[in-house]
Amino acid sequence: MHELGIMTGVMDSARTAAEGAGAQRLLGVTLSVGEMTEAIEDALQFAFEALCEGDPFFEGATLTVNMIAPKSRCLECGCEFAHDRFHMFCPACDSFATQLIAGRELQIDSIEVDLPDDEEQR
Amino acid sequence: MAKHIDMKQPILDKNDAIASELRARFAEAGVFVLDLLASPGSGKTSTILATIDALRDEFNIAVIEGDIASSVDAEKIKAQGTAAVQINTGGACHLESAMIRRAVDVLDLDRLDLIIIENVGNLVCPTDFDLGENAKVMILSVPEGHDKPLKYPGVFQVSDAVILNKADTMPVFDFDEEEFVSSVKQLNPRVPIFKISATKGDGVDAWTAWLADRIRAAQL
Ligand SMILES: Nc1nc2c(ncn2[C@@H]2O[C@H](COP(=O)(O)OP(=O)(O)OP(=O)(O)O)[C@@H](O)[C@H]2O)c(=O)[nH]1
Ligand SMILES: [Mg+2]
Ligand SMILES: [Zn+2]
Repeated sequence: MHELGIMTGVMDSARTAAEGAGAQRLLGVTLSVGEMTEAIEDALQFAFEALCEGDPFFEGATLTVNMIAPKSRCLECGCEFAHDRFHMFCPACDSFATQLIAGRELQIDSIEVDLPDDEEQR
Repeated sequence: MAKHIDMKQPILDKNDAIASELRARFAEAGVFVLDLLASPGSGKTSTILATIDALRDEFNIAVIEGDIASSVDAEKIKAQGTAAVQINTGGACHLESAMIRRAVDVLDLDRLDLIIIENVGNLVCPTDFDLGENAKVMILSVPEGHDKPLKYPGVFQVSDAVILNKADTMPVFDFDEEEFVSSVKQLNPRVPIFKISATKGDGVDAWTAWLADRIRAAQL
């Protein structure tokens, strides 16, 4: 599985953004992960905890993963429909010509950081 | 003081950026790039050898071999007289675009028409990684069983074609072809399925004809 590699990239980006904002510590990360990708929520959590451990900048931070359910658009009749990982055809007209419009996301939505108090007063 | 920072940043943005750069270089040079995905031992190298045999008169071909450790597959390709670059992932379960860029740097792109990438044997991890390829094609071999689309839907969903290899072994394994085709079509309704025997040559014509059409289109 490649969740550790994915999470290493997430932590690098989160650190860069947090430090850029002048933060002393990362408090949380929120991701959007499509159910059609191969990333598994539990494995992401596990990798996140492993990477946070022993790093004062990340210590105690929490990970929120928003799993995005698959959705497709029918190229024949234009209808948009939700579906599972296994069935992609259009429920309205039975067409097989469909296009996935959600479910392959792998995105960092946002982070929560702790800013030093003197920053607050300015 | 806690502060919320919006990022909306793709997690694989570094991989995707290099993949886009590669895709532009491939298009510029008129090279078609094929990323082959499959389980270990399903016949990736055998299929590559059969494909080269069928297409070598018309096209200049090179192979990029992704392997966790050895270089035996690259040696087999070179023995057939085709350029092969070995990438050892050092334990990583998939290829990433940065690895492909390093391999491509030693190839003469302007001379080439087709690059075949043998990805690491794995039906899960490679599916999320764009390598700048024109097509991802997955190979399933008959002994693996007809239920694989239900266990590994992702790879069947991202593939532009599916090769069913080791068709000659169908009488030995109770492979339900109808069931297989129907579950593939539910995952990826328009995907072509090529039934071949890489080592015996059966069915290879239809597969290489499909591929040749795409290579020619990439040259225009
Ligand atoms: N009967 C039969 N055997 C095949 C066929 N294609 C490949 N094989 C055999 O399957 C074994 C594995 O083939 P390879 O081509 O090395 O498979 P691979 O996917 O490249 O294997 P790795 O790179 O080690 O993951 C070899 O012993 C091949 O001879 C086929 O069409 N029919
Ligand atoms: Mg091989
Ligand atoms: Zn429809």
